[in-house]
Amino acid sequence: MTLDIFALLVILGSFLAGLLGALTGLGGGLIVVPMLTLLFHVDIRYAIGASLISVIATSSGAAAAYVREGWTNVRVGIFLELATTMGALGGAALAGFIPTRALAALFGVVLLYSAFRSVQTREEHAIDGPSHPWAKRLRLDSSYPTPNGEQRYSVQGVPAGFSLMFGAGILSALLGIGSGVIKVLAMDRTMKLPFKVSTTTSNFMIGVTAAASAGVYLHRGYIEPALAFPVMLGVLGGALLGARILSRANVKVLRVLFTAVVVVMAVQMLYKALKAGG
Amino acid sequence: MRAQWTDHEVEQMIGRLLQIGVMIAAAVVTVGGAMFLVQHGRDPVGYHQFSTSPSPLWTLGGIVGGVAALDSASIVQFGLVLLIATPVMRVALTLVAFARQRDRLYIALTAVVLALLLYGLIWGRA
Repeated sequence: MTLDIFALLVILGSFLAGLLGALTGLGGGLIVVPMLTLLFHVDIRYAIGASLISVIATSSGAAAAYVREGWTNVRVGIFLELATTMGALGGAALAGFIPTRALAALFGVVLLYSAFRSVQTREEHAIDGPSHPWAKRLRLDSSYPTPNGEQRYSVQGVPAGFSLMFGAGILSALLGIGSGVIKVLAMDRTMKLPFKVSTTTSNFMIGVTAAASAGVYLHRGYIEPALAFPVMLGVLGGALLGARILSRANVKVLRVLFTAVVVVMAVQMLYKALKAGG
Repeated sequence: MRAQWTDHEVEQMIGRLLQIGVMIAAAVVTVGGAMFLVQHGRDPVGYHQFSTSPSPLWTLGGIVGGVAALDSASIVQFGLVLLIATPVMRVALTLVAFARQRDRLYIALTAVVLALLLYGLIWGRA
């Protein structure tokens, strides 16, 4: 195959990944690495570099809108970014020592978990429980906009949330993903933030987390410009279109479709990991 | 100018910064990518195997040197560096905002995050 055909196919695939990722809220970054390694036979290190680039582009674009609407909790974001950047640098340090087969296996497991989370029904929880002592000290409690004015909420489970974020940072660097599923889990389930505050603050943090490891990987040659540019432009274009048509789309059907794609890719990644071993 | 920015003003500035950063990076990457395909579009694809031999595209100095020579791959890589720098700039802007609010705790927290990011991006160490 020549580079021009390759770039065209990668743009198309990335566009679809970005579109489905935006429409389902799971993010396109989750399937960029499996797509590049399984369909295009790209080395997983180049795939991880290109995926991190696409993750920074889409999360920054979306965060720009959310933060202006007042949903994002900037203090929670900054505090937890301490954990995710440390995790991401730790993950980048580890990456060189982990065999690519083990990375493929880990990827398979994370994909399966994400698929499981996406079909699970969300449990509502109270947002006005007692604040954690650290939440008071760090002034994390805040409010979000509603048609009837600002709704206050309190923040719980701060140390547990912080620890989960460290893990999210490690996974983000090792696999080239945004780790949004784990970030939302930490904020929604553990810290008891309102769901939309969790998703928008997760999105706010994803760019910083991905930038931490992408900076390191640039110096290691994981960022291959000829591969990263069609991935970045494709995913960004798909995500922009997805955000525009979101209100008219049948999200339920798309979610089932995307979850099925994620499960198929998970099985393929696990198969790849095992096959290379035999 | 007032010494303090309200949280709302900071949110608007952060949003604008992220939007502009992504737009500029995407524009640079598009120009470089188009040039690259015109020059190398007929070359064979070779990304199934990772190349371990160091390239000027792996360092910030090498990338800037390549841009000065109008090398298309370097222009793409420069756009990608601008993109990676966008969240870093956002953290720097947040640091300025906390400094204006004289919020010592958050000045310290944000400074550590910024230092970690710059350490990775400039020196490439983890």
